[in-house]
Amino acid sequence: MTKTETPLLEARNIVKVFGALRANDDVTLTIMPGEIHAFLGENGAGKSTLVKMIYGALQPTSGQFRWKGREIITANPSVARHLGIGMVFQHFSLFDALTVAENIALAMPGPYDLAALSARIIKVSTSYGLPISPTSVVGDLSVGERQRIEIIRCLLQEPQLLIMDEPTSVLTPQEADQLFVVLKRLAREGCSVLYISHRLDEVKGLCDAATILRHGKVVARVNPKTETAASLARLMVGSDIHAVRPTSSATSGQSRLVLADLSLAADGPFATTLKNISLTVAAGEVVAIAGVAGNGQGEFFDAVSGERPVGKDMLWLNGVAMGRASISTRRAAGAAFVPEERLGHGAVPTMPLSQNMILSRHAVDESLVKSGLLQKNGARDAAERVIKTHDVRKGKPDPEARALSGGNLQKFVVGRELDRTPSVLVINQPTWGVDAGAAAAIRQALLDLARAGSAVLVISQDLDEIFEIADRIAVISRGELSPAKPALDLSREQIGLLMAGAHEKKTGAHSHAA
Amino acid sequence: MRLEKRAERSDAMALASPFLALVLTVITAAIIFLIHGDNPFHALYVYFIEPLTALWSVEQLLVKAAPLVLIGAGLAVAYRANVWNIGAEGQLTLGAILAGMIPVMFPGWQSPLTLIMMMLMGILGGMIWGAIPATLRNRFNANEILTSLMLVYVAQLLLDWLVRGPWRDPQGFNFPKSITFTDWQLLPYLTSGIHLGVVIALLAALALGFVMARTVKGFEITVAGLSPRAARFSGFSEKRTILFCMMLSGGLAGLAGAIEISSVVGQLQPQISPGYGFAAIIVAFLGRLNPVGVIFAGLLLALSYIGGEAVQTALQIPDKITRVIQGVLLFYVLACDTLILYRITSGKSA
Repeated sequence: MTKTETPLLEARNIVKVFGALRANDDVTLTIMPGEIHAFLGENGAGKSTLVKMIYGALQPTSGQFRWKGREIITANPSVARHLGIGMVFQHFSLFDALTVAENIALAMPGPYDLAALSARIIKVSTSYGLPISPTSVVGDLSVGERQRIEIIRCLLQEPQLLIMDEPTSVLTPQEADQLFVVLKRLAREGCSVLYISHRLDEVKGLCDAATILRHGKVVARVNPKTETAASLARLMVGSDIHAVRPTSSATSGQSRLVLADLSLAADGPFATTLKNISLTVAAGEVVAIAGVAGNGQGEFFDAVSGERPVGKDMLWLNGVAMGRASISTRRAAGAAFVPEERLGHGAVPTMPLSQNMILSRHAVDESLVKSGLLQKNGARDAAERVIKTHDVRKGKPDPEARALSGGNLQKFVVGRELDRTPSVLVINQPTWGVDAGAAAAIRQALLDLARAGSAVLVISQDLDEIFEIADRIAVISRGELSPAKPALDLSREQIGLLMAGAHEKKTGAHSHAA
Repeated sequence: MRLEKRAERSDAMALASPFLALVLTVITAAIIFLIHGDNPFHALYVYFIEPLTALWSVEQLLVKAAPLVLIGAGLAVAYRANVWNIGAEGQLTLGAILAGMIPVMFPGWQSPLTLIMMMLMGILGGMIWGAIPATLRNRFNANEILTSLMLVYVAQLLLDWLVRGPWRDPQGFNFPKSITFTDWQLLPYLTSGIHLGVVIALLAALALGFVMARTVKGFEITVAGLSPRAARFSGFSEKRTILFCMMLSGGLAGLAGAIEISSVVGQLQPQISPGYGFAAIIVAFLGRLNPVGVIFAGLLLALSYIGGEAVQTALQIPDKITRVIQGVLLFYVLACDTLILYRITSGKSA
């Protein structure tokens, strides 16, 4: 690779604005022919936004793309495919009921000739060491095999640039190793690869160059081979040393929530298996679980809340084994839960706030439900109380949940649980998509609850938030949880390494539990 | 002209939609009558107005509305929870079979208990027939639309076999009919034309209306339909909701079957319902999936049956016109419901 070579793809000063959010702010990216280029960044850093623009699924607000030195406009994905850009998405678009060949035929231009296509599939799959039978039904295949279909589908169109979006997040380590062999071979043959990931060890081993994005801006262009995983982590999560507030002295309270070797099998091809998670949250403390999205946070929340029961002795609430108990029983034992998704999980979008009050409290609050009958006045009063206490701004009295802004609805959903003064609160992404003012109010409310003697467990991707409120921090990665350590003893760099999987047990039988 | 998504659901349209659909149905009916060679105004009068001008035909209307309201109210609740019971006709049939078993097996048993037992057996039969698709969905994720519909034909063929075989009236000149029911095997009549089933249907619809509006059970069903994930967060089991809705709507359809054979029909025979189980699907939607709204929708659909008979006798229009009108009505209701979430705008699409 020489400097005089024309880049395959250049993104110049790309800006993409969504409302008030600058998802991409003057992003410049250069990919040389035959290069495996890593695109690093935390969730929400703007990686997907840029990739979608390259692939033609979004259009930039300003800036330009150049392909082999010529300016291009990828108006839609078919233009991108025509240029020679192939993309393997994190979540596949395959029909379970069709065979491998049929699925690939759907995406191929030209006449439908299954026999000829099958022959090409066999040729490409054997030559790249991606064995797959064209006649297999997709529904019977593993996630790794499904990814092969997507890759072969791209390869059949002879791409010059292959974009891989977090390809290993769904793979076992063995499958990932196979994938790396294929990618390296593709690069040798002249096909460039844009490799999106947050797994630093992979990037170090695989990639020739790396562009690192933080908050929509490019913060560094480095050669990952000469960097350490730690230095990459620092670039990714930001090196500014956080002023950690002194921990309170009240962390010697009794254990309220205890997880003991909690395990839970994945319930779908993209789900994460939880493996032997142990954690104790005591009265008076805030424990935070950091981690990149999609590493088992949703499954973890479902297991702790009781939406998906686990083994009886895997979860203890206030000293009682409750692994098999329903969410209502756990609420009755003093626990409260706030899920990540406000609309459609924590609240019913088309129901008014007063009825959404009933949603999480019908089994535990006599003022809302008495002997099976809804107490509409009680519900309205309770909703009013929450609205007033937590400064929920709304248009009309008792509006539908979806009529509120994200921040105000989150204040309501959090306030609904705080209103009960729970002894244990579990909250997933407390300030996700919430404006700064509301976020500060919610964090303060969580701290106040802990200081008043409750146990608070926060699952968050936001490291700033975690350092602001947590007494102890654990990190979840591919369904495994690192031991919780006092926030004072942890640096961002250490957390970045843990988020990239440093504590995972490198045993053979990884994610795919039956 | 194109459709544009509304920012908010239009409550006005939700109310206006059934009336708009009714107007369009009447216009379509007029065109059909015209094509058939009749004066459309006269035909419309005979179909939609004349049945309301005589006491006996109004009584007929109420009697025909009873099973429609009973089944429609149950279906409305099930559909609210996104549980798509399409097999009410089969649940009605099995209810009739189990209810009819009492007089057929114990022809001499005559006491008020006989009738109560028949009604309870009818409910039981419908519940069993509803529980099967629910269990298949909960266990194997089998689509209840298909399984409940297929069970209709199983139930109808079972009834057919029973009345031609083991349950045939020995003194019935080989007609495929059971013995004729008498005394306490029949529902009491309030007037010359109206039987107790009409009151039962009205009370059942009102009771379900109360359940949906004021109880936790109704809240559970509503949440399950609006947002399954939120229902789980709320602590409601999806499987329990599916089973409950299928057994409730099935049980009410079974009760309707028991009422039919112990009143209008008076015995078991191969055909005991002119498609009430299917027409009740229209009733449920026309009634805005609200058990109280179903009462009015049931009366309207009953009118479509009686009007169909009227135009057949007065104008020699085939009675298949009833099914056509019902189908057209459902089509327009569903089409007009689009306007609740969308508005029509002029101009080219973007």
